[in-house]
Amino acid sequence: MPYALREAFSAFRRAPLLTALSVVAIAFSLLVVGLFGLTAYNIHLAITGVEERVEVVAYLRDSASEAQVGIAREEIAAMPEVSELRYVSKTEALATAMRELSEFRDLFLDMEANPLPASIEVRLRPGSRDPTTVEALAATLAAYPFVEDVRFGQEWLERIFVLRRIAGGVALVIGGAFAAVAAIIIGSAVRVAVFARRDEISIMRLVGATDGFIRLPFLLEGLITGILGGAVAVGLTFLAYRIVSVALIEVAWIPVEWVLLGVLAGTALGFAASALAVRRHLRAV
Amino acid sequence: MIKFTNVTKSYPRSGAALDRVSFHVRKGEFVFLTGHSGAGKSTILRLVQMAESPTEGEVRVSGFSSRLMRPRDIPQLRRRLGVVFQEYRLLRDRTADENVAFALEVTGAKRQSISPRVGRLMAQVGLAHKARAYPEELSGGERQRVAVARALANDPLVLLADEPTGNLDGWAGEGIFKLFQDINAMGTSVVMATHDLDLVRRHPKYRVIELNQGAVVFDSAAEPRTSGSA
Ligand SMILES: Nc1ncnc2c1ncn2[C@@H]1O[C@H](COP(=O)(O)OP(=O)(O)OP(=O)(O)O)[C@@H](O)[C@H]1O
Ligand SMILES: [Mg+2]
Repeated sequence: MPYALREAFSAFRRAPLLTALSVVAIAFSLLVVGLFGLTAYNIHLAITGVEERVEVVAYLRDSASEAQVGIAREEIAAMPEVSELRYVSKTEALATAMRELSEFRDLFLDMEANPLPASIEVRLRPGSRDPTTVEALAATLAAYPFVEDVRFGQEWLERIFVLRRIAGGVALVIGGAFAAVAAIIIGSAVRVAVFARRDEISIMRLVGATDGFIRLPFLLEGLITGILGGAVAVGLTFLAYRIVSVALIEVAWIPVEWVLLGVLAGTALGFAASALAVRRHLRAV
Repeated sequence: MIKFTNVTKSYPRSGAALDRVSFHVRKGEFVFLTGHSGAGKSTILRLVQMAESPTEGEVRVSGFSSRLMRPRDIPQLRRRLGVVFQEYRLLRDRTADENVAFALEVTGAKRQSISPRVGRLMAQVGLAHKARAYPEELSGGERQRVAVARALANDPLVLLADEPTGNLDGWAGEGIFKLFQDINAMGTSVVMATHDLDLVRRHPKYRVIELNQGAVVFDSAAEPRTSGSA
């Protein structure tokens, strides 16, 4: 085993408790991120399901001519944010209403004229389902003279978007706080390791070891701590996921890329924290 | 190979440790650095290693100049120097062998070359039979031999020794000194700071540089002296 790796492992043996603490600290900071990731992912899935149904419906005046409507349909269908367009005639609307609202069936039959308007139902492409785009489209549709009214689920749409933003922000803040704590613990682990090896370090300098060589064991130590912390965080997140799934509601596990990203984040955190600390503490030897 | 030109070193709190010191040590020379305690001997050795830089003047060692030295050049310089201290400075949790191997490992020597080289060095300092002993199982003289073997590991141009016999009795000190003579005979320069004036007198063929309160007051070689008075 090369020198640096051997030294990194001997640091674990020298201060196992501190190493464990570093791993746990990283694990917790990433667990927070992981739990929010799990939540965010499931909200995301739910929203995507709901968003599939994001629809803008334009109700047409009875006076609208077929030619006018035909031109408008082509124009609307050509808009980049529109994925699907469906024209519902007065007759179709009545048929649907009688099917879905069977208790009013007789009422509808009694009427001389069909009271329901024809409509154009527009579905949006993914990525164009945010409140701003939806509102803009609604305004465009409302501008046609033969459009009487435009409807879309504007309130809940906005609420979901706000919710998602808040969840992301909270995860960032709490995860960040835990990450800072982890960095501080790793910093003191490095300090202990540097102190324990100060004789070796001064002899390394004496005989002409390069700074990079002297630092490497400490960086490796941070890197390994980070990988372990990341792995433990994934394990804990998975545990939480199982508990929620079994005891509360069926939820989905986060994608593999997110898991890898989590371990990677732990590794980066461990590495960066020890790089910072080693720079500082080696100066004192 | 080692050239001090009007070197002054002052510390913020204790003032001048060296005062316009100039001398030139050539390849293969053997030099005693003498002087009272606090005269500046150790300071000179630290300046040679470029562990510190002069306040004024210039230190040149094997093509490196204190004026142009960058921190990342220091390791390269150190590999051309071997250093021995009064208090040995061995790693307690490593055997004699491992202490010597350490100097090779951390300067990137090839793995296969380390073990035979350590064997040769231990034989050279006469300690092949104690290679597996830990420092605390060795006598002072034996420890210093290990330190010398470590100093020689990277084939230095100069061996710097700061009172290498200071902690040793007469016989052990004599043994270490013989070792230095052998090393010098093979072409390595030796600069040895010492209090032991008897030893210096017994070896008149070696050069003596005497310091007093940071200034060179005597230099047995016909080299340029410091211009100032003592
Ligand atoms: N790091 C330092 N900070 C401040 N003053 C220092 C430092 N190192 C040495 N000095 C001062 O420089 C002067 C020379 O010290 P130096 O260690 O070179 O003496 P020396 O000749 O090696 O003495 P000794 O024979 O006792 O080892 C002393 O007066 C000392 O107080
Ligand atoms: Mg001294």
